[in-house]
Amino acid sequence: MDESRPIFQQIAEQIENDIISGVLPEETQVPSTNEFAAFHRINPATAGKGVNLLVDEGILYKKRGIGMFVAEGARARLVATRRDQFREQFVAPLLAEATKLGISSADLAAMIQKDAK
Amino acid sequence: MSAARPVVEVTSLSKRFGKVQAVGDVSFTLTENKIYGLLGRNGAGKTTLMQLLTGQEFASSGEIRVFGESPVENARVLERMAFIKESQRYPDDFKVKHVLRAAPLFFPEWDAAYAQSLVGDFRLPLDRRIKKLSRGQLSAVGVIVGLASRAPLTFFDEPYLGLDAVARQTFYDRLLEDYSEHPRTVVLSTHLIDEVSNLLEHVLVIDEGRIVIDQDAEQLRGTAATVVGTRTAVDAFVAHRKVLQREGIGGLASVTISGVTDADRAKATAAGLELAPVSLQQLVIQTTTQPTTTQPTTHETEEAVR
Repeated sequence: MDESRPIFQQIAEQIENDIISGVLPEETQVPSTNEFAAFHRINPATAGKGVNLLVDEGILYKKRGIGMFVAEGARARLVATRRDQFREQFVAPLLAEATKLGISSADLAAMIQKDAK
Repeated sequence: MSAARPVVEVTSLSKRFGKVQAVGDVSFTLTENKIYGLLGRNGAGKTTLMQLLTGQEFASSGEIRVFGESPVENARVLERMAFIKESQRYPDDFKVKHVLRAAPLFFPEWDAAYAQSLVGDFRLPLDRRIKKLSRGQLSAVGVIVGLASRAPLTFFDEPYLGLDAVARQTFYDRLLEDYSEHPRTVVLSTHLIDEVSNLLEHVLVIDEGRIVIDQDAEQLRGTAATVVGTRTAVDAFVAHRKVLQREGIGGLASVTISGVTDADRAKATAAGLELAPVSLQQLVIQTTTQPTTTQPTTHETEEAVR
């Protein structure tokens, strides 16, 4: 766990990552709060807060007496949100560092072109 | 989760030992089924506070309610509490198995089968006399009694003395596991803050007999940060804020502040400042390193507590 951010946010992000990468397909059950707590060695209330964050966003839903499941359409919604954040989280810092080092945006574009191949 | 009921309610509690104020006008509430961290330096008043809550010391003034009643000589309340002390004493001829056999007399919720499995986890020799145990094994006896008692309110006062890293991890893992299955209120008093910080739901920091932090662990985490950058930029950023610690080298400054919001983070980045995270341990150190004021030295307080 990373010290700089609340742990429940990190738990929520990890579940999101697993949904995006397909480790947790839609309509499958996600581990219980206690399982998350034991695995990450964190307080169950903290793990529960992370899970509930995704329930509030409609990414997970509760089946009474069984557990939490990945909602239909969750993956597409998460991908759309992450794409919106991509520019701010990745492109902006990339450009800031490039400017610091005197790399022009044309050079940067060429670098990306080359590495993407 | 159901609405959290208070388990411990403390109002204006003070405890003096002669001239020494061990606990000074403290008020707080512990609610049901949470894991609390009771943190602070040696002689800060942690043990005295737990002795007061478990009816082993009398308050000089103020009020204590545990499960709604005074704990002093109150069997109804005392049988629902377990207090695992750093230096628990046992009768001279007691063996480990005798401790485990006597425990159900004190703890109505005692789970003998669970205690047995913990004995295996900690590799404790049942037939050995308590007197002959190593320091770590003695601590393991306390940990086992604390866990298997399943007391609705359990205090662990630095339960790890002499326990090696593996045994401490076993303790933390079993505690989390058993707490998940049998929720109860746990108070962990410890100096190994980094090891337990993720287990805690709420943090109480005591310094010189006063509560200086009483906050949800998740709220505490991430609201403190160290701002690093050029002195002028850092000074402008932290102006009018409470500074926990300040360091500097040449034209650079590094200042720790609390109450950092997302807006602050954006502002800092825009000003070319770096924000580094502060661990719970660092936060506690920085909150409690101020030299003593009118209080006696921590050394004297420690002596008086014993």
